[in-house]
Amino acid sequence: MQKITREQLIDKAVSLLSDGTVECVLGWEKGQFDYDITPAVFNDENELRENFVWNDFCGANFSKYLVSKTRKCNGKMLVFLKPCDTYSFNQLLTEHRFDREKVYAVGIPCEGMADIDKIKAACGDGIISIDASGDKLNVHTLYSDEPISVSAESVFAERCMNCKSKKHVAYDELLGEDGDVIESHRFDEVAEIEAMTPDERFAFWQNELSRCIRCNACRDACPACTCEKCVFDNPNSGVENKAAANSFEEKMFHIIRAFHVAGRCTDCGECSRVCPQHIPLHLLNRKFIKDINSFYGDYQAGAEVGTRAPLVDYTTDDLEPGEVFERGGDNA
Amino acid sequence: MRKCSLEKLDSVFAEIANSFKLYLPVDDKDGKAKYSEWAEGVKWSNALNTVRSPKDFFFPQTEDLMGFKCSGKNIEIIDTRNESEDFVVFGVRACDVKSFDILDRVFLKDPVDSYYSNRRDHGIIISVACTRPAETCFCHTFGIDPTEPAGDISVWKTDSEVFWQSNTEKGAALLEKLQALTEECDADAVNDQKEKVSAIMKKLPLAGLTADKFGAGKTKELFDAPEWDSLSEACLGCGTCTFICPTCQCYDIKDFNTGKGVVRFRCWDSCMYSEFTKMSAGQPRLTQKERFRQRFMHKLVYYPENNDGLFSCVGCGRCLAKCPISMNIVKVMKTIGGKENE
Amino acid sequence: MNNRQETLIPKIGVITDVRIDTPDIKTFRVVTPDGVKPFEHRPGQCAMLSVPGVGEAMFSITSSPTNTEYMEFSIKKCGCVTDWLHQAEPGQQITIRGPYGKPFPVDDEFAGKNLLFIAGGVGLAPLRSVINYCLHYRDHYGKIDIVYGSRSKDDLLDYKEIIDDWSNSNDVHVHLTIDREQEGWDGHVGFVPNYVKELGFDTDKTAILCGPPIMIKFTLDGLYSLGFEKTQIYTTLEMRMKCGIGKCGRCNVGSKYICKDGPVFRFDELDELPDEY
Repeated sequence: MQKITREQLIDKAVSLLSDGTVECVLGWEKGQFDYDITPAVFNDENELRENFVWNDFCGANFSKYLVSKTRKCNGKMLVFLKPCDTYSFNQLLTEHRFDREKVYAVGIPCEGMADIDKIKAACGDGIISIDASGDKLNVHTLYSDEPISVSAESVFAERCMNCKSKKHVAYDELLGEDGDVIESHRFDEVAEIEAMTPDERFAFWQNELSRCIRCNACRDACPACTCEKCVFDNPNSGVENKAAANSFEEKMFHIIRAFHVAGRCTDCGECSRVCPQHIPLHLLNRKFIKDINSFYGDYQAGAEVGTRAPLVDYTTDDLEPGEVFERGGDNA
Repeated sequence: MRKCSLEKLDSVFAEIANSFKLYLPVDDKDGKAKYSEWAEGVKWSNALNTVRSPKDFFFPQTEDLMGFKCSGKNIEIIDTRNESEDFVVFGVRACDVKSFDILDRVFLKDPVDSYYSNRRDHGIIISVACTRPAETCFCHTFGIDPTEPAGDISVWKTDSEVFWQSNTEKGAALLEKLQALTEECDADAVNDQKEKVSAIMKKLPLAGLTADKFGAGKTKELFDAPEWDSLSEACLGCGTCTFICPTCQCYDIKDFNTGKGVVRFRCWDSCMYSEFTKMSAGQPRLTQKERFRQRFMHKLVYYPENNDGLFSCVGCGRCLAKCPISMNIVKVMKTIGGKENE
Repeated sequence: MNNRQETLIPKIGVITDVRIDTPDIKTFRVVTPDGVKPFEHRPGQCAMLSVPGVGEAMFSITSSPTNTEYMEFSIKKCGCVTDWLHQAEPGQQITIRGPYGKPFPVDDEFAGKNLLFIAGGVGLAPLRSVINYCLHYRDHYGKIDIVYGSRSKDDLLDYKEIIDDWSNSNDVHVHLTIDREQEGWDGHVGFVPNYVKELGFDTDKTAILCGPPIMIKFTLDGLYSLGFEKTQIYTTLEMRMKCGIGKCGRCNVGSKYICKDGPVFRFDELDELPDEY
């Protein structure tokens, strides 16, 4: 259950709207059910009181929306940022993707977001409502008289199970208490894949990526993918493709994307969250992060604004290409 | 009507698989159902439905249309089409069965699409009635009864038995082959189940959803509705809804140079994509709002206008579950359909 | 399977002649490898031409159905397929399929009427088929006026045909204009919409329009101000197309598919469609 309440967020938004600090509010809009929440722009108190929601399903990272939404907004836009969202926020600022002056960022604590698919797996279909109490989620379904209780932690989204930080790295104002950077186990699964033989690893990714339907949701949700025109949408690029013509191309899209966001990916996990086919795309990005950490020293994209990332910086201490090759060895 | 015990189902599958390729929903390692080929030991999924729709069986995501050999100024066209083998798709829900009818009206309308008709002619559909509809289900909005699925054969599964009813000649011929494994029976158990499930249907959160505000002739009224702005506001412009949708049928045709010749293939395309309608001379749908509107106007107005009022949505609920920003046809129908849909 | 008919599988066409019309428009003559016309069509219909490995695109058939020997396509260089075609030489094979779309009602609504053709730039290409058809059956129609404008003298399409054939036909009045003064041009100078208003046509005509959207828009205003009704004006639309048979789903305007229900529309029909073209 989230420690900060919906009412606290609405009150904050209303006061910032009424004192003229902000012109509109980027927030979560309630859906048909308790879990299908849509990012939306709220313009006044009525809209907020009626439709704004804050619960365990507000996973969407708003940072990327700032790129397009702040262009439409004359004054400042209020955005609520969870700790992990603030890394994307900083990274976008580093890349000059939106005007900081047009944003009023309110940091809000996050106790972890739920993955509705895990809840459905645990409780079955026919979910009528979900309410939170303490560290439990009570799920009311059509098929059981009593609500089914699951621990919030057991249905955390993958990225929340491996939360890397409860600390906000960017905000104008903070609601609630700030947390700390967490020693997470997020690289464990990468290490497992590294330990595979090349054939096993190939088979692993072959299986995962064969499910890809090229819907582009991973790219379109990714805060590091903010090109105005993606190379894969450009008929003149020679790689524009709507479907894989063969199994090589099936992988190419994801590999190119992973390379393109390497060093800029904050590991926000939106790619895996939105994938309709449950492809663990975050693992590709984490492999890059893990390698960057070991080659160039620990680096967290988005931790600060304006830092030169290892991959776009040069020092005489940098790894030589030969060392990279050797390290890959027979497994390369 | 015929029946067999649940334990015998594997023998029935084996019998079908003797003569046909048999596909059915199977759980993958993450517990997500997808259509897979049956073989000894493969278990029918308990999931309500597959993540991807079964439209792939007739309209696959990519398929080769033809080949070309080019030498100098000359071109040779190679007809790469092959007659499909007979195959059986088992476990199709009522909503998805209806989607085939919707696709038929596009692909089988003159001039017939031979790639589609080839597979359609060779496919046998065994549908299965729903017993546990989900909160995302709204097939009833489009007049579909999940307890009475169409298809060549309809199947009802109870805790201990499986009931079979053929609806077409193809279905009757297949059921004939299963004579030894099934026995004639009455419809009492099936009727009991229908009654129970119909009662559940009335309790679904979307039980009251209607499409009355939509349909043929509504273009003028709905096209400029102010609500399209806010509805499309958060749309990422991805193709998830389109590709998991059982009725979305837009495609692209592209050439691929294999190095040994040119293959012309078609693949699914999405009206949500920015270059879908882009021409060298201009772009009629410049913003995501226009592309978003196109998708829903097509399903709820344009398609019915061209197809005797039939909507191009079957209420399967896949887009409700999968849209990255949880925007979907139900929210569109409720927002534009007015208060009576609340 | 191979005895199933398939519209998407094209025929081979051979380019037998390439005529340079303007700096960016060429007219291609196409026959089958046997040297005959690929198929019959009606004025205003289109065909899908393709260059394997490059792509397929829809073009209006510029030649008249009354031409029994070959088909012609006037093609402006503006994309992958057209760039490639512009480099093609006679003898080059391409693929062709069609005919697609609803033609102009040349034997119905147009019969016995005075006709006013108004075209801008490459917009004359689709109308050329209609004009030549009407000239072939000259006594089926009343007076014919043709207003045609382009950026410059060099950008006027089919200029020789216009001067030699059309201008010398019985009761055909050709009105040419170019956007700006040019040496060696003593004809009218000015944009098509203004010229149409200057010429001040009587409303006893059926008008047929084709050209860039901005020309269509202002010419329509001009025609309305002269008293023309929407039911008297026709045009032909362009959209991105892949299948040509109303299935691939990208050329619709409202519930109408341009490839199948168009490309020819009367303006009162267009009024029923959403403004998305």
